Amino acid sequence: MKLVIGIVRPEQANQVLEALYRAEVRGFSISRVQGHGGELDRVETYRGTTVQMGLSEKVRFEVAVSDNFVEKTVGALCEGARTGEVGDGKIFVVPLEHAVRIRTGDSDEGAVTPVSK
Amino acid sequence: MIAAIDTGDTAWMLVATALVLMMTPALGLFYAGLVRAKNVLNTFMMSVAAIAVAAVTWAAVGYSLAFDGGEGKVIGGLGNAFLSGVGFEPRAGGTIPELVFFAFQATFCIITVALISGAVVERMRFGPFLVFSALWSVLVYAVLAHWAFGDGWLMAGGTLDFAGGVPVEMASGFSALAAALVVGARKDYGRQALLPHNAVYVLLGAGLLWFGWFGFNGGSGFSTGNPSVLAFVNTLLCPACTLVAWFILDLIRGRKVTAIGAATAIVVGCVLITPAGGFISPGWAMLLGFAGALPSYAVIAYRTRTRVDETLDVLAAHGTAGLVGILFIGFFAQASWNGVSDGLLYGNAAQLWHQVLAVLAGPTYAFVMTYVLLKLVGLAMPLRASDREEAMGMDVIQHGEEAYVTGEGAILLLPDDHAKVAVPVADPG
Repeated sequence: MKLVIGIVRPEQANQVLEALYRAEVRGFSISRVQGHGGELDRVETYRGTTVQMGLSEKVRFEVAVSDNFVEKTVGALCEGARTGEVGDGKIFVVPLEHAVRIRTGDSDEGAVTPVSK
Repeated sequence: MIAAIDTGDTAWMLVATALVLMMTPALGLFYAGLVRAKNVLNTFMMSVAAIAVAAVTWAAVGYSLAFDGGEGKVIGGLGNAFLSGVGFEPRAGGTIPELVFFAFQATFCIITVALISGAVVERMRFGPFLVFSALWSVLVYAVLAHWAFGDGWLMAGGTLDFAGGVPVEMASGFSALAAALVVGARKDYGRQALLPHNAVYVLLGAGLLWFGWFGFNGGSGFSTGNPSVLAFVNTLLCPACTLVAWFILDLIRGRKVTAIGAATAIVVGCVLITPAGGFISPGWAMLLGFAGALPSYAVIAYRTRTRVDETLDVLAAHGTAGLVGILFIGFFAQASWNGVSDGLLYGNAAQLWHQVLAVLAGPTYAFVMTYVLLKLVGLAMPLRASDREEAMGMDVIQHGEEAYVTGEGAILLLPDDHAKVAVPVADPG
């Protein structure tokens, strides 16, 4: 059981969602984060005040999956998020100790496997 | 007629002019709410740009081409170019200084240019839009304004258009369709849900538009006389009825009354009464509001099933409703209310023919000219942003600003630092 964390461009988030859907990865959560990953900074000007935007908006996907789903999930994240420019993001896979589905009390593998009803 | 200024008329027209000018930022707000958060500023700026460009072109040649002579012709002269001869004296038959008349008409040109932007938001580059606006305001708006307002061939032939069904509403609507076809759909159109980011802006924008529309329609009598009073009151009644009709259509179709639907209904109702305001009775205006909702509602429902990304439905809200309003005059105009002409229902079938002529000629000219103009501008410069730029959003790419900036991670650059600044990501040369 792993937690796959993908940090991607917000403008690619929809493509990632589509790719995850095609890979039949059904359960995940996303959040908006800000970060910096070596891309060129944007320069913006507000009535004479020029600023360099050091942080870029990113979307963070968190997907808890059973071990045999890790490759598919990582593949989907890469496929959806890649543009080829600096700033496409990162994927981290970390071990997951324990998971519980709150509604049923299912734990671990059962909790991260989609149910049909 | 002896030229005499009426102070009451002048006072009202000064206020009406300011009301109509306010409609353009109101439209900007309405449009800004309908787009995604990354394109808010660019969308609003297209309306602001319309004020900048069209006010200048209107003063330069637009006003003259529309209103200098040319009775019964397709275009006026250049006698009033650069405001030559436009001063404190009224125009023939008028009771307000020609300068006020000029300014009032300028605000119409401005908002019409701004309306078209609704078809191309979220992907058209700002520069080409400015160029297109300048050309369109002269070659399309001024010409159609001459036809309908400036004693051009439609007006001289008997077509009734109180406040701009031909040059404002139908022209913007059908030009918007042409613009959407030339510029092309947004890259994600039809694949992803592209949702309005702030429905409150949309409602507030629509409300301010309605407020301004009292000047738009109420001022189009150029006096405080009966036609203005009638148009003013009809501008209250007709959109209210469109709102009711829209509520009902929403309930039937989706079982819920929607806020953005209501905002759209306000605009549609105001457009419906624009050409007809001073020509039909309040009772018929209410019928127009009810019945006129359906065609626009149907066009919106149909458009979203096509590949045509006429993004903010200018054709449905303005083109379709303007067309319905123009035709409605042909049936329901009442000389006992307007003192000018009856419609078919009151025994004057000829009026309907004059109106049909307008709905054939106006949209055709606007569509063809817009199509050609944009193709020509497209030869000189790319009309739209690249896919990557479109993905990042037009605010950062075109303006170097964001609407909802947090300031986190923003490093202040002092003037001395500018030389050292890395290439901005918006322009990775």
